[in-house]
Amino acid sequence: MKTGIIRYSAGNVYSVAMALERLNVSYIISDDPEHLHCCDRLIFPGVGEAASAMKDLDSKGLTSMIKQYNRPFLGICLGMQILCRETEENNAHGLAIFNPTVKKFQKSVKIPHIGWNTLQNPKSVLFSDISEEICVYFVHSYYAELSKETSSFCFYGRMFSASLEKDNYYGVQFHPEKSGRVGSKILQNFLEKT
Amino acid sequence: MLKKRIIPCLDIKKGRIVKGVHFINLQDAGDPVELAQAYSEQGADELVFLDITATVEKRKTLVDLVQKVARAINIPFTVGGGISSVEDVGILLDSGADKISINTAAVNNPNLIDALANRFGSQCVVLAVDTKQCNGSDIVFIDGGRTPTKKKTFEWMKEGTERGAGEILLTSMDHDGTKNGFAIELTRKASEIVNVPIIASGGAGKMEHFAHVFTEGKADAALAASVFHYGEIKISELKKYLSKQNIEVRL
Repeated sequence: MKTGIIRYSAGNVYSVAMALERLNVSYIISDDPEHLHCCDRLIFPGVGEAASAMKDLDSKGLTSMIKQYNRPFLGICLGMQILCRETEENNAHGLAIFNPTVKKFQKSVKIPHIGWNTLQNPKSVLFSDISEEICVYFVHSYYAELSKETSSFCFYGRMFSASLEKDNYYGVQFHPEKSGRVGSKILQNFLEKT
Repeated sequence: MLKKRIIPCLDIKKGRIVKGVHFINLQDAGDPVELAQAYSEQGADELVFLDITATVEKRKTLVDLVQKVARAINIPFTVGGGISSVEDVGILLDSGADKISINTAAVNNPNLIDALANRFGSQCVVLAVDTKQCNGSDIVFIDGGRTPTKKKTFEWMKEGTERGAGEILLTSMDHDGTKNGFAIELTRKASEIVNVPIIASGGAGKMEHFAHVFTEGKADAALAASVFHYGEIKISELKKYLSKQNIEVRL
């Protein structure tokens, strides 16, 4: 099995790569659509700003590759938000794989939402075989609204999608690569059970 | 519910832990990577590495350390100490740090905060503020607490967050090292004035102090060094204690 990590301007590639190494999984890191398209699974990390990230993906020819990819695909944080329809962050268009719009948290809560928070109603193969409460690490100022594709939600001043799922596409707003043992299990589930 | 965070701070000099560490089961008490792993296993929610090396080889050693830490642990960590340019930050984030903290460089050049937030996002920019009461007002200090500035603490925190800092690490120099508890009033006021998470630091001595700073002090996270290093408080026990006080923590 070949796992690919998508490298672009907004990726926290190193942390995701290290998480895979801790799981003894071999991987490639690439920004070449052809190389990535050959992988059995893709991980799409993301930290940063949406509009410039989209521009960079376009310039590398990665947007069409991501849309056509038909094996398990995991977007993390900004990676998940880019898979959504559109985002309020500089009014960027997303890849419209997931239906929700991405919005900014209201100022009634501290922004960014930083820290460990619990997942509610987790229903995805990503969360299988985890008996404890699922508490994972978030750091973000924008959130995806709830939708039919929501596979777990989280509360921070309001309910939002902590994870999304549609066909072969999985998205998580939190950082499994930084979420301790539970996060590691979620990544392992993506690699072994999807 | 968002959990309150417990953050041990590790002081680093030339790639080694500075303060003594009285941990059992550590083969090398001076090895930051081994200590980081131990804290992570005890249930620390995040770690802060503060590099106090003042030599020219500093950056290389620090980058090397950050890569090793990112390889070893699966919780977030912040790196601070002498960071003064967008370039420095880019290298540290690429090496696996989740956040960086800036202090003196931000006071000397506040535009650095804007530059970092625009380039890397507010979520990874922690503004470290060392504060001390002088003639009844709270004043910002720089250079590791050695140099007073003209900046008023609350105004500076406001300015820093408006410029794009995503979190504030607030150290009360009046409380630091006393083990008499965190600066509750200061922390509460900070938490009410700025709309980003506040990490309270300085004064931790007992488990009750953590409970106070989370409830009355309205802190989002609490940072300490010596009580954890010397094993006076075990993180796992601290979290059980806080949970019993109905404070939401990750167990």
